[in-house]
Amino acid sequence: MANDQSIGEALRARGISRRGFLKFCAATASMMALPPSMVPGIARALEQARRPSVIWLSFQECTGCTESLTRSHSPTVEGLIFDTISLDYHHTLQAASGSAAEAARVTAMKENWGKYLLVVDGSVPVGNPGFSTIAGVSNMDMLLETAAGAAAIISVGSCAAFGGIPYAKPNPTGALPVSAFLSEYGKRIPNTFGADESGQTDPVDVTGKTVINVSGCPPIPVVITGVLAHFLTFDKLPELDDLGRPLAFYGKSIHDRCYRRPFYDKGLFANSFDDEGAKKGWCLYKLGCKGPTTYNACATTKWNGGTSFPIQSGHPCLGCSQPDFWDGGGFYNSLSTPTEKIARAAVFAAGAAAAVGVALGAANRAKQAHAAKQHEKVTINDLDKGT
Amino acid sequence: MSEQELLQWVRGPAFEAASVIFVIGVLVRLLQTVLLGRSKDLSEARGSEVIGGLRTIFTRSVKHNFQLSTFNLYTMVAGYIFHIGFFVVLLLYAPHILVIDQVMGVSWPSLPTTVVDAVTVVTIVSLLAILVHRLKHPVLRFLSRFQDYFVWVVTILPLITGYLAFHRIGASPPTLIAIHILSVELLMVVFPFTKLIHAFTLFMARYYNGAFAGRRGVES
Repeated sequence: MANDQSIGEALRARGISRRGFLKFCAATASMMALPPSMVPGIARALEQARRPSVIWLSFQECTGCTESLTRSHSPTVEGLIFDTISLDYHHTLQAASGSAAEAARVTAMKENWGKYLLVVDGSVPVGNPGFSTIAGVSNMDMLLETAAGAAAIISVGSCAAFGGIPYAKPNPTGALPVSAFLSEYGKRIPNTFGADESGQTDPVDVTGKTVINVSGCPPIPVVITGVLAHFLTFDKLPELDDLGRPLAFYGKSIHDRCYRRPFYDKGLFANSFDDEGAKKGWCLYKLGCKGPTTYNACATTKWNGGTSFPIQSGHPCLGCSQPDFWDGGGFYNSLSTPTEKIARAAVFAAGAAAAVGVALGAANRAKQAHAAKQHEKVTINDLDKGT
Repeated sequence: MSEQELLQWVRGPAFEAASVIFVIGVLVRLLQTVLLGRSKDLSEARGSEVIGGLRTIFTRSVKHNFQLSTFNLYTMVAGYIFHIGFFVVLLLYAPHILVIDQVMGVSWPSLPTTVVDAVTVVTIVSLLAILVHRLKHPVLRFLSRFQDYFVWVVTILPLITGYLAFHRIGASPPTLIAIHILSVELLMVVFPFTKLIHAFTLFMARYYNGAFAGRRGVES
């Protein structure tokens, strides 16, 4: 497929009807909390949009994010929309390998300098550049040189967005999330691929570049495609929350949108995975559900084509779209419960307290006895002496 | 320190330290009081100490020489609302029961969260009313010392931070929970060494007075 083909042309070539396309636009609009009047606008923008070049870099990750994305493909229109971007570099999905694959990235960067979308999954190890390399290039170098010419950077998955598993304690590779890495190391990047005809190659500063975090382990496919659609439609980044995530998808907590919420409010909980409460579908808070502290769209968009989501299948939310969710003191413990063995400490404390209390009591008694002993009776004669 | 690290510290070492200080503080103070003993009463008993003591514990919890005045009514109504509200929020909110269950292995059914939420607001309002009363009443204000205001702050903090954490207002949820737990830990640490210890000494004091009167065969 030629790069200059518009998305509209590409969809028609693939037999997608106008109705199907508009349905996708309407769904995208409602997902992003845009008014219905925006639907024709989205359709027009998407139809005419040239397929943007997308470079997908995978660093310290498990490929779960790509797996998630591919699950959204056939036969959904969202999948095709994603197909209609020009995915010029992606380890797992591209056919080319070896130097041909790397050449594809370099070509895409040169041809689309300043215009391509950079998608990253996985965290960046800074402990040692050799911890993770691609074609002999360290993750650090590859991210810096690719970020320099990107129109927008999207961190897909919790590893790229917040560090994820590699970043979890004790973080043996010195992993950093993409945003933190760029603001620390992105000050003066040599402009290797973006030289214009005049040969201008000033170093690039990417420290201030906005990184959209599409967190989740993995993120919901439709959220990834939704963010891309927003960028194609409005040519700007969506509104983000304070963690850099699109508000349209991460604006509400799982807890607020959970269908089991009424059970929480009524005080009806499952106490184990096979008790009466679990069978009746009551709230999973006591089993460690992180729904109240997790912001994501799982409870509304759900997974596998809207089939279900973890809580619906009887498992508490792990909070995978939140920073440091691996270090939250156990998936099956609520975030508000103590992590130490308090009862044991209290028993030792009580023992110590008893000893101290008895000692102080004895000292007080001794003081009392001493005072009593020192007490001298005052007689009328004693009082007379003074006069 | 990330918010998750803060929360881990608050839930772990900080909570452990606060619990140890609380247990040691309360036990030492109670033991000191009890072990001080009383001098032997050589008079002939005219009634039972035990019955008198128990009776006073009960009667003073209900009414004691109650003379209806605006001052008394205000103190009693606001005081009761605050104390009952505080215990409802503390003991009947599901996540709190979960903490108690994990620490002591006992649990009981919880109230609906909407009820606890409403009770929290009422409790906060009653505490505010109590402060206004203390500030407006000339005698109360004269008698008030730093500690009186300090324990008021330490008591209302967990309620306010808990309300904010429940509604997720002002910060990210893990930070709000961390602040809430910290405020509770402050209460636990301050508790044994201030007048808040009355939660434990209250019944001892009533029994003491009742037993004293009971032995003399008079009402208390």
